[in-house]
Amino acid sequence: MPVTRGFGHGPRRGRPDRLPPGQYDTGRDWPVLTAEAQPVIDPEQWTITVDGSVDRPHTWTWREAHALPGSTYFGDIHCVTTWSMLDTTFAGVSVDTLLELTGSRPEATHVMAHCATGYTTNLPLEDVTGGKAWLAWEYDGRPLPAEHGGPVRLLVPHLYFWKSAKWVDRLELLTRDRPGFWEQNGYHDRGDPWLEQRYQGDP
Amino acid sequence: MSEPDSAWTTGKVVELERIGDRFVTVRLDVANRVDHLPGQHYVVRLRAPDDYTAQRSYSVASEPDDPLVELMVECLPGGEVSGHLHDVAEVGDVFELRGPIGGWFTWEGEATAVCVAGGTGVVPFVSMLRYAARHGLGDRLRVVAVGRTFADLPYAAELRDAGAFLALTRENLGDRVAAPPHAEEVGPLVDGIERAYVCGTAGFASFAERLLGEAGVRRDVIRVEQFGASG
Repeated sequence: MPVTRGFGHGPRRGRPDRLPPGQYDTGRDWPVLTAEAQPVIDPEQWTITVDGSVDRPHTWTWREAHALPGSTYFGDIHCVTTWSMLDTTFAGVSVDTLLELTGSRPEATHVMAHCATGYTTNLPLEDVTGGKAWLAWEYDGRPLPAEHGGPVRLLVPHLYFWKSAKWVDRLELLTRDRPGFWEQNGYHDRGDPWLEQRYQGDP
Repeated sequence: MSEPDSAWTTGKVVELERIGDRFVTVRLDVANRVDHLPGQHYVVRLRAPDDYTAQRSYSVASEPDDPLVELMVECLPGGEVSGHLHDVAEVGDVFELRGPIGGWFTWEGEATAVCVAGGTGVVPFVSMLRYAARHGLGDRLRVVAVGRTFADLPYAAELRDAGAFLALTRENLGDRVAAPPHAEEVGPLVDGIERAYVCGTAGFASFAERLLGEAGVRRDVIRVEQFGASG
């Protein structure tokens, strides 16, 4: 691809050591990006259901979910719109903990996250197990704000952040892959930022 | 649905117009172009001699039948890509481009719609209005464009001439006193709509969602495109 005339002499916002290709450090400025109007969700009314290809489908209330062993993520997040935010702290419960309680059937290969707005996103099961995914209700020690998906969002920080569905209320285990919302609308099926899997057609 | 595969291509700048000190429109001749849907965006990627790259997404202002792809870029403080487009770019430059992208925030006349834009959020709606004008779909698209002043609002004259409702917050316009749009003004525009589009900053989007709600629009018909820190 051609070199852009006159580009490359100014300050660079990208830091190649920690940032995936094509990303820049947004600092503490966390952009809000959604496809739908922000819903109003009362934590006391919120529940999370794990069903589909599991042995024991289960629904937890807000209080029941908080009674599960807690788990914290400390690290970076990456949005497909090219910002990354470094050294974030999220707290909630590991998706592993939920799946230990429901079991997952041997034929389960993927999971569809469903949200209060109708938004969906699909992930391979291996991307939400083994300490790689959380239900998060705290950011930097405070309740997760509604505009960032509060009361509870999915957190899958090793993938682009559209996979970390806001306002999540159901994890459905699938026996085959099925595209979610953005995945039907031109975005990559998996979304690994280190491979720059932004849009359909990327490696 | 968008085209399944949007590979990188290049676009040559055919026209470039700097408007005031904040906006620049760039009209590009795109190699191997795939027609976009009104509302879609392109990614512009800049490449340094050592292969360092920076890329950002910009909504398309032109309509699909336009032989060129028009992007309108606001110069943001410290914006790595917008700053280059604003300060350095010239006619004849070639940029890496990818698109069109996005299959959700699009309109081809399939639903009667109201669009509410703040500032540079007007860009996708300019594309929709141009498309509507070409295809005689003007009665299916109503646009509310919010800006501080007429000069501050990109495409203000074109929007006005296309029948958009301009709500200026810091400047009187005709009989309208400077103020944010309110539900009584927007009410007639949302009558009978099947879909609503909101485009602007996150703060503007939450304002616009509230405004539409007060005017009686159901939340589940609202499609939102926000832009935040991206330069």
